[in-house]
Amino acid sequence: MLEEPVRRRLMDILGPQGFRDDEQTRVSYSYDATPAYRTKPAGVVFPEATWQVSEIMKVCSEYRIPVVTRGAGSNLCAGTVPGEGELVMVMTRMNRLLEIDRENLTATVQPGLNTKAFHEEVERAGLFYPPDPSSMVICTLGGNIALGSGGLRGLKYGTTKDYVLGLEAVLPNGDVIRTGGKLVKDVAGYDLTRLLVGSGGTLAIITEATLRLVPKPPFRLSMVAVYGDLYGAARSVSSIIAARIIPCTLEFMDQATIRVVEDFARVGLPADAKAILAIEQDGEEEQVRRDLNLISYICRNEGALEVRVAERPEEGEKIMAARRSALAALSRLRPTTILEDATVPRSKIADMVLAIQRIARKYDVQICTFGHAGDGNLHPTALTDARDAEEMQRVERAFEEIFEEAISLGGTITGEHGVGQVKAPYLEWKAGAAGVELMKRIKQAFDPLGLLNPGKMFAETRKRVVVRR
Amino acid sequence: MNAANANTHANTRAKEDGGAPGTASAGRLEQALRLALDEDALERCMRCGFCQSACPTFRVTGLEAASPRGRIALMKAAYDGFMAADSDFVGQMELCLGCRACEPACPAGVPYGRLIEQAREAIAKGRKQPLRARLAGKILMEGVIARHGVLRGAGRVLRLYQRSGLRAAARRLGVLRALPPHVREMEASLPEASGRGVIREWLRRGLPARWETDDQGRRLLVVPAEGERAARVGMFRGCVMDVLFLSTNVNTIRLLRAAGFEVVIPEGQKCCGALHAHAGRSAFARRLAADNAAVFRAAGVDWVVSNAGGCGAHLKEYDHVLHGTPSADDGAWLSSRVKDVSELLAESGRPLRLANGAPLVATCQDSCHLRNVMRVQRQPRELMQRVPGLVLREMRDADLCCGSAGIYNVLQPEMSAALLDRKMEQVKATGADVVVTANPGCLLQMRWGIRRAGLEGRVKAVHLVDLLAERLE
Repeated sequence: MLEEPVRRRLMDILGPQGFRDDEQTRVSYSYDATPAYRTKPAGVVFPEATWQVSEIMKVCSEYRIPVVTRGAGSNLCAGTVPGEGELVMVMTRMNRLLEIDRENLTATVQPGLNTKAFHEEVERAGLFYPPDPSSMVICTLGGNIALGSGGLRGLKYGTTKDYVLGLEAVLPNGDVIRTGGKLVKDVAGYDLTRLLVGSGGTLAIITEATLRLVPKPPFRLSMVAVYGDLYGAARSVSSIIAARIIPCTLEFMDQATIRVVEDFARVGLPADAKAILAIEQDGEEEQVRRDLNLISYICRNEGALEVRVAERPEEGEKIMAARRSALAALSRLRPTTILEDATVPRSKIADMVLAIQRIARKYDVQICTFGHAGDGNLHPTALTDARDAEEMQRVERAFEEIFEEAISLGGTITGEHGVGQVKAPYLEWKAGAAGVELMKRIKQAFDPLGLLNPGKMFAETRKRVVVRR
Repeated sequence: MNAANANTHANTRAKEDGGAPGTASAGRLEQALRLALDEDALERCMRCGFCQSACPTFRVTGLEAASPRGRIALMKAAYDGFMAADSDFVGQMELCLGCRACEPACPAGVPYGRLIEQAREAIAKGRKQPLRARLAGKILMEGVIARHGVLRGAGRVLRLYQRSGLRAAARRLGVLRALPPHVREMEASLPEASGRGVIREWLRRGLPARWETDDQGRRLLVVPAEGERAARVGMFRGCVMDVLFLSTNVNTIRLLRAAGFEVVIPEGQKCCGALHAHAGRSAFARRLAADNAAVFRAAGVDWVVSNAGGCGAHLKEYDHVLHGTPSADDGAWLSSRVKDVSELLAESGRPLRLANGAPLVATCQDSCHLRNVMRVQRQPRELMQRVPGLVLREMRDADLCCGSAGIYNVLQPEMSAALLDRKMEQVKATGADVVVTANPGCLLQMRWGIRRAGLEGRVKAVHLVDLLAERLE
């Protein structure tokens, strides 16, 4: 529990509704969406304004209380699971859309704003905010920025990092900084905006963001291509890009996933197919239809057994819904679903999928793979039971080998979920010893007392251990 | 580090919680939870949080603990000793409306409704309640609500109260001030009660019907179809429906007949048992389910039709309720046969012939259990749009609970009113003349809401069946 003077000062800053440390609250902020991680914090604060965040940090600096900032708690890297004695800062009461600037094509938001609600507001104004993480029904923009979220549209539009123009953030000592602005061009000093994006709440607490918007594409349509071999699907991805077409979404499912999805959703996917691509394009209707025709031609050329283009946009929704149901279908098979995000260069997709299949067999674990083929971001998903310690160990070892394989193919340990606690032991594999050392010095510069989200990003380079509690 | 943490937790808990788990009632509740909760169902929650935007209590409070993911985490924590099941825990389980909007939103198919029922059953068992309170609960739940005869008797008393001038006298004398304000407000918006029941009312009106008996000698009132018979359907008359919305029950038969259904009303049917199951009285709920399933099966009907989303949803789950009992087979049969009246009218009957009328703007408030458990959402709207001159204007969040939720509005007046006031804002924004619902609880709540919002005389709340029956040619 927190000392009485700390509790009193936090309540002075936040009012009685803004600070809680009863058992129920502490249990309910002891986890995020990462399986098998759970630790009770000492207390939970719900700030409503930047000045409160700043005052809280001053108290925490004085008493050396570590702080974990979180939005909806939907991340998959245990990036917002607190440690003992830590304070959880929930940003969801700072959830206003402050402005949509139609002249500069920007939006200014508070960090607790829900991503989907933001999409809807922006689209009502005829504009578009492309980053669409699968969790967007609940996740917050602050969380998206802190973990550098991706989504289905990464291939054509990039990810969250490509849309953050400026930030307001509170440093651990309570100082408030502003970076960037409504500016396309700004080279004044180090790019602190980019540095904070993806920093996982370890450097500063984001309290406001200015985001870049683009005009809303008037039309979108989907198609699906079915393959008898993995390489056909992979070659199609390369050929589509080589033909200078950038679809907004280019999704992939392997055979194991196809079977499970078909069992669950009954959408008519052939169970003997080795791979499926689900493709969506947006833009002017004429252009979209032309692109999909050309993509169909390419897919057939590369050996697709079947190609289906939606006739109407609603039909396309069904195709993408089948892809989106992948995780739902998989999660029903076994009690615990562990979703990873190993990412490789687009040209290495087939090699990576085959490696995952080989590794799954080697460790005798069930791993299905689907993901964003267009940007090389795969989701090998292990179906397991966290209560079975022996099986969990095999899952861990398999994932470890998958990360190794991804890096050896020129890829990374995490494409869009972030490092958090889960990937911290592998960061050095990707960034190198000198890279991690530099990152630690950056951390030291921002947070000399080590108060912001300790235990995340950096850890002993070692095996990942997941234990059910 | 995690393994180390796991151990520290056990230790910390012992240190932090000290005396709490040691007290008799906390220990009892935790034991009851361990027995009642389905561990596999708890484990199935992957904590993605997709349920949260669908959850009314989360939307009002913004607190993780007041969301389905949070409640499951609390259950799991109490189950595995990570927390003591204290009074906050109990309060959080009671704050859940049981609307089950989280279930369609859940990618992993977690049976949340079952989990919350299990938690409440454990609470009902583990809690030390004074004998008097327990007895009163038992008499109300098992002696009154479950018995149509007694309930109709209560209906007669209520009717007498409403019509004899007693109600007016009570209001004048301020006797009602003894009641909490929310109950007073609800009393004022109650429709006129009746103690007659649908069978007697149908016969009293001299409408076509005959008696049959099933193989056990139980009587069935059979109302013939108009024209060619499409199917034989058993009517589930409900408790609240039969006392407070008798004319809706009569209209249900009229519509079904007009659509070509022969309607059978088994005299021996009972309360569906939903209220009992939700309140943690599962043994009694099972008895009611077994009786109903047997009675309807013996009636030789193709479908069992309900006009109350809450009842229909519970009937739909008889397979689960009766699982592992001697009546399992009957339960599975009933689950596969139950339909909401809107499903039958929209999909398998002859199209209703509806007369022209004044132009009307209507909006639809989903019944939670109709939508989330029976998964019926499209059909009521389709039927509404078949009414000549009716314009359907959807309100925002039509799929969000109105706060009625069985007897939730009496037990949790604050949350219920917060939800209702939000709901009425959405109704107002549509400019609708009529709010259409398909469940008696929602209907009563809408009437209460219209009164609270000062919209009386401008907006009406009606059951879908009454809306259609008014235009029946």
